[in-house]
Amino acid sequence: MERCAVIGVGQTKHAAKRDDLSMIGLVREAATRALEDAGLTFRDIDAVVIGKAPDMFEGVMMPELFLAEALGAVGKPMMRVHTAGSVGGSTAIVAAHLVSAGIHQRVLTVAYEKQSESDAMWALSPKYPFQPPLMAGAGGYFAPLIRAYIRRSNAPNDVGVRVAVKDRLNALKNPYAHLKMPEISAAQVEASPMLWDPIRYLETCPSSDGACAMVLSSETAARSAPHRPAWVHATATRSEPNLFAGRDQVNPRAGRDCAAALYKQAGITDPRKQLDAAEIYVPFSWFEPMWMENLGFAPEGEGWKMTLEGATALGGDMPINPSGGVMSSNPIGASGMLRFAEAALQVRGQAGEHQVEGAKLAMGHAYGGGSQFFAMWIVGDARP
Amino acid sequence: MATREIAVVSFAQTNSRRNELDETEMLLPVITEAVKRSGIARSDIGFTCSGSCDYLGGRPFSFVMVIDAIGAWPPIEESHVEMDGAFALYEAWVRLQHGDIDAALVYAFGKSSQGDLPDVMVTQLDPYYVAPLWPDSISLAALQARAMLDEKRCTELEMAEIAVRNRKSAKANPHAHLKGDHLAANLLGEPYAVAPLRRHDCPPITDGATAIVLAAGDLARKVCKRPAFIRGIDHRIEPHALGLRDLTRSPSTKLAGERAGVGKGKIDVAELHAPFTHQEVILRDALGLGAEVDVNPSGGALGANPMMVAGLNRIGEAAQRILDGKANRVLAHATSGPCLQQNLVCVLEAE
Amino acid sequence: MSEPKPKQDEPIKRMLAPVRLEFTVSAGRDKTAFLGAIIEGRILGGRCPSCRKVYVPPRGCPTCGVEMVGDIPISDHGVVTTFCTVSIPFEGQTMKLPYVYASIVLDGADVPIFHLVDGIDAKDARMGLRVRADWRPPAERKPTMESIRAFVPTGEPDAAFDTYKEHL
Repeated sequence: MERCAVIGVGQTKHAAKRDDLSMIGLVREAATRALEDAGLTFRDIDAVVIGKAPDMFEGVMMPELFLAEALGAVGKPMMRVHTAGSVGGSTAIVAAHLVSAGIHQRVLTVAYEKQSESDAMWALSPKYPFQPPLMAGAGGYFAPLIRAYIRRSNAPNDVGVRVAVKDRLNALKNPYAHLKMPEISAAQVEASPMLWDPIRYLETCPSSDGACAMVLSSETAARSAPHRPAWVHATATRSEPNLFAGRDQVNPRAGRDCAAALYKQAGITDPRKQLDAAEIYVPFSWFEPMWMENLGFAPEGEGWKMTLEGATALGGDMPINPSGGVMSSNPIGASGMLRFAEAALQVRGQAGEHQVEGAKLAMGHAYGGGSQFFAMWIVGDARP
Repeated sequence: MATREIAVVSFAQTNSRRNELDETEMLLPVITEAVKRSGIARSDIGFTCSGSCDYLGGRPFSFVMVIDAIGAWPPIEESHVEMDGAFALYEAWVRLQHGDIDAALVYAFGKSSQGDLPDVMVTQLDPYYVAPLWPDSISLAALQARAMLDEKRCTELEMAEIAVRNRKSAKANPHAHLKGDHLAANLLGEPYAVAPLRRHDCPPITDGATAIVLAAGDLARKVCKRPAFIRGIDHRIEPHALGLRDLTRSPSTKLAGERAGVGKGKIDVAELHAPFTHQEVILRDALGLGAEVDVNPSGGALGANPMMVAGLNRIGEAAQRILDGKANRVLAHATSGPCLQQNLVCVLEAE
Repeated sequence: MSEPKPKQDEPIKRMLAPVRLEFTVSAGRDKTAFLGAIIEGRILGGRCPSCRKVYVPPRGCPTCGVEMVGDIPISDHGVVTTFCTVSIPFEGQTMKLPYVYASIVLDGADVPIFHLVDGIDAKDARMGLRVRADWRPPAERKPTMESIRAFVPTGEPDAAFDTYKEHL
């Protein structure tokens, strides 16, 4: 197996509406920044792997086909991945495997969503026969799970509020973040409308236009990269059914198994101690404590304590989402890849104001569907 | 680059037609059958990859509801491409190269009959410049056929003969959808559907699901008498804008074919994913296939064309010729996008 | 929505490209049986021959990957395991806000269904609430879950957390 390195990272300025750009312009903004970071041009790329969430979000079926020219893919292999919300992570993993399998030297991987070009709430709750449209988008799906988590863990009610504030404060240090709320406070979050009880408006992610891109390379190709690479130490994916008898949807086994496989590959025995930072897919603030338990950072029922103790803040012992996370920028298809890319930025020392001091090992995490698809990676500053 | 030996060890497909089952009901028996035929336990399958497209059913996350039907418990390592299943097989082949797992399940499903397919396919076009003009998929294929005729690369009679041969071959395929004996001369008496294409030049609208099990070297030999070893697999994409392409040629197929090593030996059987008759001419030419090659003994996509499945079916049908001892070296091709925009070529051999 | 008309010399930032596609969807074998029973005011489940769990509606068993026969009558009474109060409007929504949307495990089933809970003030909705189906009159029933108008409280005492916690 070949080693794989991240030698280029690029992302767009995320915003509710990037109507200064077409979809073509959006993916190119991220891709050209990643290439520039890697000191390469489209010509140097062997293959392109692109990911995004459902095509109905923009109303274009298999949009990779019309993006082939814009991403310099003509004459090359091009793949399109779709694994629901986890897709940004899965896409990066498919690209990494093309390198680690020894097939290609340099792979460009891109993920995007241009939510402003359609209506995501509509796309997620289409009028479909046999069943009434009850769900009201992703919030309607996840709110009952959050309620179940609170009941099971006896977490105090303000944990979600704390995460919402922390992530927005982190976003102020990230020039690419969509939400910039310098005035954010617990009182403001608590006063925001209860959309899907127990989820308040400010406890949800925004809807963003944005893209993320990375150049992944072999060890040989990484030698000529102008900047320090992030080395891929481990990748893992796990999926489980959406609904089955006795399913634990709050702490799903697919997530636990995925993390276990990941840690084993990376030689990690105590993730909270050994990882310096983690970018975790938290689309509703309550998912931070839930995933702390699922990922083994905290014992079951105690994830919320990490939030309340400040462990997950920038400067805490396990900084979670120093970039501001999904809570601050959510171009759905790209959100997972942003987590992976931000982890790479941390170990490359390129995270700017939201840099975790001396980060050597970081995790990127994405999940999708009904908490059933998981994609994760661990990157480090040292060659594995 | 030295690659790990990976083989197709089993293949199962639905009886392609329009049917009243939902996607999961079409798929479940096919997966069960492919796994059973492979002789590999479900628990020994280390990776699962699927191909499908939400727009066929007009709802998001069609692959999510399907994962509820395939026994994904305990949790599995899995991925999905919004592409034909042939590309899912490519991803599985890449995954198996890592050496830590020895078997993978690949599946694809598509219920093309749920919408007006030629119109649904319009949403696949450039949303800013082309899709608003609403050119349907048959009209675009007709544009390509016209270019072929104008360039004298084929005649309408040759196109009709391709239809006759594929529909005749389909008679021997219990899974095929459109089959029968026709005379080319009679077909030419039919009116145009979208000139210069007549109905016989076009594929049927088919619902279908397919599953394939891949196994690495020693495991493949252990469970299978004649594994179909993948000796080369590659895929390439062309510009989307039709104006940037010579529609009468398929350079991406040619390049993928060269990289897959098509020319390294004699091809016994080629399964080409040519939904329209004239496309078979383009593909034969790009792959350098002579008259001696048995092309589409299954009836090809003209016999059954389940979207997102038909490409994977070409790999399955070609591999099956090896599994059955009827061929030693076969070629399979899959396509995606308007007018053969993206193409995959896979060469399989018996030992 | 109307076509935006940019002024001269202004960049064109939006264009309207309406897409209208109609789909005819088959219910499939399992749902056909299930929805047929719904019209008759009955709820059908299926038992997995492998793990013996009862699914509503019947389907291929998600964990075992085998087909099941959908012939098990299921009670139209059940318990709210968890829920959400929706206060956000969205396209295609037919309910008055706020409404309570719940995960309900019917008596005799091993998986929840999802439906409206009505006949109770949204602020009184709770985990463990016992509910029953409020069927539409037979003449108004169609092959859809909307033939059950909503689930309403039975008035029985709430179920204890331990009795339904495995369904969360």
